[in-house]
Amino acid sequence: MSQQNPPFYSDEQTVPETPDPGSAPKSWSRTSMVGRRQPRVDGYELVSGKAVFPSDISLPGMLYGSVLRSPHPNAIVKNLDTRAAEQMPGVRAILTGKNPEANIVWSYPGDVKSMLFESHCRFEGEAIAAVAAENSYQAGDALRAIKVEFEVLPATVDELKALQAGAPRIHDGGNRTKPPESYQRGEVSRGFTQADVILEHTYRTECEIHTPLERHGCVAKWNRDRLTVWQSTQGVYRIQSQVSSILGMPLSKVRIIGQYMGGGFGSKLQADKETIIAALLAKKTGRPVKLFMSREETFIAAGNRPPTNMRLKAGVKKDGTLTALDFTCVATGGAYPAGGTSGVDWQIKDLYQCPNVRTELSDVYTNACPSRPFRAPGHPQGSWALEQMMDALAEEIGMDPVALRLKNIPAVSQARSGNPPYTSTGLRQCLIEGAKSFGWREARRAIASSDKDRNWRKGVGVASGTWVAGAGGPPSTIIVKLFPDGSVNLNMGASDIGTGTRTVMALVVSEELGVRPDLIDIDNADTATTQYATPSGGSKTVPTESPAVRAAAIHVKQQLLAMAAEELKEKAASLTMKGGTILSLNDPSKKIKVTDVAGLKKQGIIVGIGYRNPNPANRATNPFAAQFCEVEVNIKTGEVRILRFLSANDSGRVMSRLTYDSQVIGGITMGIGFAMMEARILDRNQTGKIVSGNWHDYKIPTAMDVPADIVSVPIDLPDNEANTTGAKGLGEPVTIPTAAVIANAIYNATGIRLASTPVSPVMLRRALAAKAKETSQKDELK
Amino acid sequence: MEEDQKENNGQRRKGISRRGFIQLVGAGAIATTLGDVSKSSPVEAAEAAEKGEMVHVSLQVNGRRHRFKVESRWTLLDVLREKLGLTGPKLGCGRGECGACTVLIDGQPRYACLTLALEAEGKAILTVEGLLRDDELGPVQKAFWDNDAMQCGYCTPGQIMAAEGMLRVNPNPSLDEIRKGMSGNLCRCGSYAHIFKAVEQAAKLKQTV
Ligand code: FES
Ligand code: FES
Repeated sequence: MSQQNPPFYSDEQTVPETPDPGSAPKSWSRTSMVGRRQPRVDGYELVSGKAVFPSDISLPGMLYGSVLRSPHPNAIVKNLDTRAAEQMPGVRAILTGKNPEANIVWSYPGDVKSMLFESHCRFEGEAIAAVAAENSYQAGDALRAIKVEFEVLPATVDELKALQAGAPRIHDGGNRTKPPESYQRGEVSRGFTQADVILEHTYRTECEIHTPLERHGCVAKWNRDRLTVWQSTQGVYRIQSQVSSILGMPLSKVRIIGQYMGGGFGSKLQADKETIIAALLAKKTGRPVKLFMSREETFIAAGNRPPTNMRLKAGVKKDGTLTALDFTCVATGGAYPAGGTSGVDWQIKDLYQCPNVRTELSDVYTNACPSRPFRAPGHPQGSWALEQMMDALAEEIGMDPVALRLKNIPAVSQARSGNPPYTSTGLRQCLIEGAKSFGWREARRAIASSDKDRNWRKGVGVASGTWVAGAGGPPSTIIVKLFPDGSVNLNMGASDIGTGTRTVMALVVSEELGVRPDLIDIDNADTATTQYATPSGGSKTVPTESPAVRAAAIHVKQQLLAMAAEELKEKAASLTMKGGTILSLNDPSKKIKVTDVAGLKKQGIIVGIGYRNPNPANRATNPFAAQFCEVEVNIKTGEVRILRFLSANDSGRVMSRLTYDSQVIGGITMGIGFAMMEARILDRNQTGKIVSGNWHDYKIPTAMDVPADIVSVPIDLPDNEANTTGAKGLGEPVTIPTAAVIANAIYNATGIRLASTPVSPVMLRRALAAKAKETSQKDELK
Repeated sequence: MEEDQKENNGQRRKGISRRGFIQLVGAGAIATTLGDVSKSSPVEAAEAAEKGEMVHVSLQVNGRRHRFKVESRWTLLDVLREKLGLTGPKLGCGRGECGACTVLIDGQPRYACLTLALEAEGKAILTVEGLLRDDELGPVQKAFWDNDAMQCGYCTPGQIMAAEGMLRVNPNPSLDEIRKGMSGNLCRCGSYAHIFKAVEQAAKLKQTV
């Protein structure tokens, strides 16, 4: 037995060179583990049903909380009568704004404030009161027994109407969250005079709702003055800091745990009112309280992707050189400042080389649920406009749409001050490699020469994209522990939001130490036992955490090799590790198993600490993507079948191929929903209430709606200037161009340009009929 | 509403009106519940108790019998999760839209959130936990893991049970049949393309075991 390698180690793998303490590690020239098709290291827990998500937590004596919400988009609570509810069986606490402990100010960006339980409800879904009862049925009974008298006010849920004179004011200062935000470089009027072709179009995207499968919420429990919250969240430390500041508690007394979480897509980056309400109810009753939104509540009170109204005017020369882009957008983040327009113009400003660009963004209040960041905030919306415009320009100048994009690839980030160069840009490769794997030219040719009499017509489309973030950066602190039996534990504050963070990080540790990735035990997302991390959002978790994980693993190696060096009477710099054995590069007879290192046995543990280094100065680090798809449209019925999709991504080094591909198919699937079916519908002319507030009326993609043929083409370009693992973000870029790709393919099939999402058969059929009429009229005139 | 209350309060009869029952379980549940069971007795069983009144229910879950005392309006899902402490069946919507709660009842995939506990009495209930042999994963579970047919994993137990149920009646499904079989289960992370592969592989694995 002692002759064998410790079972924790892969036999064949020699670990990379260990840098001297204090010096930066070299970038990996080749990897044995990183980039592999490693099945998820937490897959067993997930497929066995044993993973405990926050909504699975059940504690002795636990009560069930529920929140009473405004059924009106604009109303004042005149009177709240909880007496009957208090008498209901099982009811243990009722909380309203009248309870002194619930008299809490709720702040939005820009210093706009409301209350935890707000008496002026500016959106349907605003919290009014809460109950805790012995079970969820009794909590629901009690909510229904609370009598509320409302003064119902006229509501404005249409962002364009909100800007009209005489529109009801949502806040005292009017219906703009701030003055229009503008950006300018060059001079667009000059740019247009240089153009051979100028096109102008308007576009609209509908409001999309996150609806992760696990609802938003938590379980809160007090132990005297110490609060523990199991929260379905993307970032435990963000929640900890919010809870501690709102409740006026020391950070050390607030423990947030969220090891598993059932999806967030940006809607679980922040502490919800529910977190605070659960804590207050738990305090009041002296018992743990579980408070999760109902599915219906997640449609009205947990954020959304803002709807946009966009206009884009673009100029291009015959050779494909873009000369000017002029963009305006009116959007709404709902009833409070919530970034209604954030990110919308980034594609326009930064994706293509263009000297003259102007954008103007108006963020408007409406009586609707405040938005939250949603997978690449603003980007799919802006892409819907820009990428359809690029397609139209290409056609107008008789250029292939891929070629037009290739013609305008920038080397620097034009939208950032000082025009910093990108640490890496694979946009060109994404387009070229993507087109090649997709069979772009062949497909275009086949479609051009296909039979136009068939009802089902095929079309192909392309679009590209970039994501404003995706570099990651400090801070992050990681701990890797090595035990005397050779086993390893990774301790990281970051959440795995389904993106495969645990798996990626296990591969990094495995790369550096040679330990089998599936045998690395991982603790994460618990403020009491794991180290500080920013929330998992912005496609920055891998580029933020993986260099820190690498540093921590290297720190373990440095200490271990120093111990072994002493025992082997050899310089640490001459030692390496293979299959759990430390050996000298100079003298093959000098070797020792990790499990035999006396220093480690004596010390009982080696703790490696890793930090995230700063990003390089004056550089921009962004991921890029190009996507292609083929559709089939029935020109009689307007039905669309998406036949196949391909995504070529430059997200730096491919860290974990299987979870990488999952991100790609997930982003495309979500983009298909955005393009084809998702729309929050508000009763805009009458009550202002939501009419698509559940998964029956608000459609998201099912197994029937997505192609089985989704190809992931990673452009594996380690970005060694960006950080020590060479990774950039992936989760967001994969969904940015998707909707526009579909629109372009539908155009290719039908000749119809799509102004608005979602592309329903009804909308398409109408457009097809109008076009047929136009053509026949033209024919008559001839 | 008032009428029913009067009826309930006035008569204190042993049971509730059909209309009262519908109000208790919520409108969303009616279609499925009544549609599926009109020929059998669960509705009558539910009528045996009033809101707030506890009834005994005995359930056979993953081969073991358990007895619970619940209100007649409790769903099977709530009993499995909150009383039995299972973490496999998930609550995604509670209204028959997502399939996160899918379990097999007498071998058929069913939404546990739309099934009253009383309805499931006397039937064999299988949850994702029941696919394990000791700690060993079943073939569908293995295939989901191998193909990375999950991201956040919240829909995964339900997806696995839907696949298990489909493969029991159709051991060799075509891609189209897989799509249809899995179409009652939402995955917001969008893992469908990998789920298709997993189900294809699971079909093969099941034939070799
Ligand atoms: S929880 Fe049962 S279908 Fe959604
Ligand atoms: S894996 Fe997240 S919902 Fe399916």
